[in-house]
Amino acid sequence: MEFWRIPLDVEEIQITRGVVHILEERCKGCGYCIEFCPRQVLAFSSRFNERGYHPPVIKNPDDCVNCHYCEIICPEFAIYSIEISEQDDKRPDPRLHSNPR
Amino acid sequence: MTEKRSKAKERSGHPLDDLLREDRIPHIWCPGCGIGTAFSSCLKAIRSSGVEPKNVVMVSGIGCSGRAAGYVNLDSFHTTHGRAIPFATGLKLANPVLHVIVFSGDGDLFAIGGNHLIHAARRNVDMTVICVNNFNYGMTGGQVAATTPKSARTTTTPFGNPETPFSLPHIAYASGATYVARWTILHTREIAKSVEEALLKKGFSFIEVLSPCPVNYGRRNRESSLETLKIYQDKTIIKNGAHPSSVDIDPEKGIILGKFIDVDRPTCKEMYDKICRSE
Ligand code: SF4
Ligand code: SF4
Ligand code: SF4
Repeated sequence: MEFWRIPLDVEEIQITRGVVHILEERCKGCGYCIEFCPRQVLAFSSRFNERGYHPPVIKNPDDCVNCHYCEIICPEFAIYSIEISEQDDKRPDPRLHSNPR
Repeated sequence: MTEKRSKAKERSGHPLDDLLREDRIPHIWCPGCGIGTAFSSCLKAIRSSGVEPKNVVMVSGIGCSGRAAGYVNLDSFHTTHGRAIPFATGLKLANPVLHVIVFSGDGDLFAIGGNHLIHAARRNVDMTVICVNNFNYGMTGGQVAATTPKSARTTTTPFGNPETPFSLPHIAYASGATYVARWTILHTREIAKSVEEALLKKGFSFIEVLSPCPVNYGRRNRESSLETLKIYQDKTIIKNGAHPSSVDIDPEKGIILGKFIDVDRPTCKEMYDKICRSE
């Protein structure tokens, strides 16, 4: 997310963070999770899974906001995200760096 | 069973795995088919509704969408073509505690089983009908259906479809459904919310989910599944409360989505008890 200016209350707003997990062997490479992730966390892999599809890879792991969108749009039950608690989260605030897309 | 479920959970870990018959996954649906997304939104709704899974049953008919009953780890039944609704009606009347979900396709529910749908809506049988509409008969090779848009190409309309399609929400409303909504598979949260509301609501609820069938409909109309979803993203207009007679599917002017109807009316069983069982 790129801001034209950093909102004044940026420190107070809580954004959840997630870790996304991919069950590669279930994926059929439709690309829905990649295309419609609001934070462009995912990209196509050049590898093949055992059934010959290109599964997604995690391109920007720090940007995942645990919105679960990929989890439900995936027709194959092949991807899901899990919230990480703030204590475990050592990553930079995703709002303060621009998105590399 | 619980032991089997927890083992399954360890093996992979998708949050919906315990509602799936994991030994049957991967399912047969083609890459990019939207049925899987409609199905997962529905499972998500079952989970978030708080209804006990042992009180939820899923019934489906024949067709690609009809396979859902075989993948869900609930009591379920895969009926003969078009007959999901009468089977579900029987279940509900015999055991009114159950939350009955019918998950099937446009051909099964509106063509082969069209009469069952309109009469279940008329009698206001308490059930949730989820209709995955992919505009053609996918399983049998992509023939023209009652939902195929005008001019669209299918195996049986190689020059374009000369007929006018049904508007499913309009039929459901006109027949008496007390809850009517339409979404696309891009609207996963809205589908889940509608299914949840429908599950908790008394009466006949109908939810149409527009979905790509890239292998048959998409291929003949030059649309990849991602392109179909882009159309859903760019051309849909959410109009909650719109009158079901006005909810067009027109890729040029717009595809109208939303929760159109949410009213209360005595259910089939309530009327029966009142009129036939009072002394
Ligand atoms: S949970 Fe949301 S932000 Fe994270 S990868 Fe999935 S879609 Fe992207
Ligand atoms: S949505 Fe699912 S099946 Fe499609 S590419 Fe992503 S992980 Fe694979
Ligand atoms: S034929 Fe069409 S509807 Fe059937 S599974 Fe394949 S893409 Fe889905």
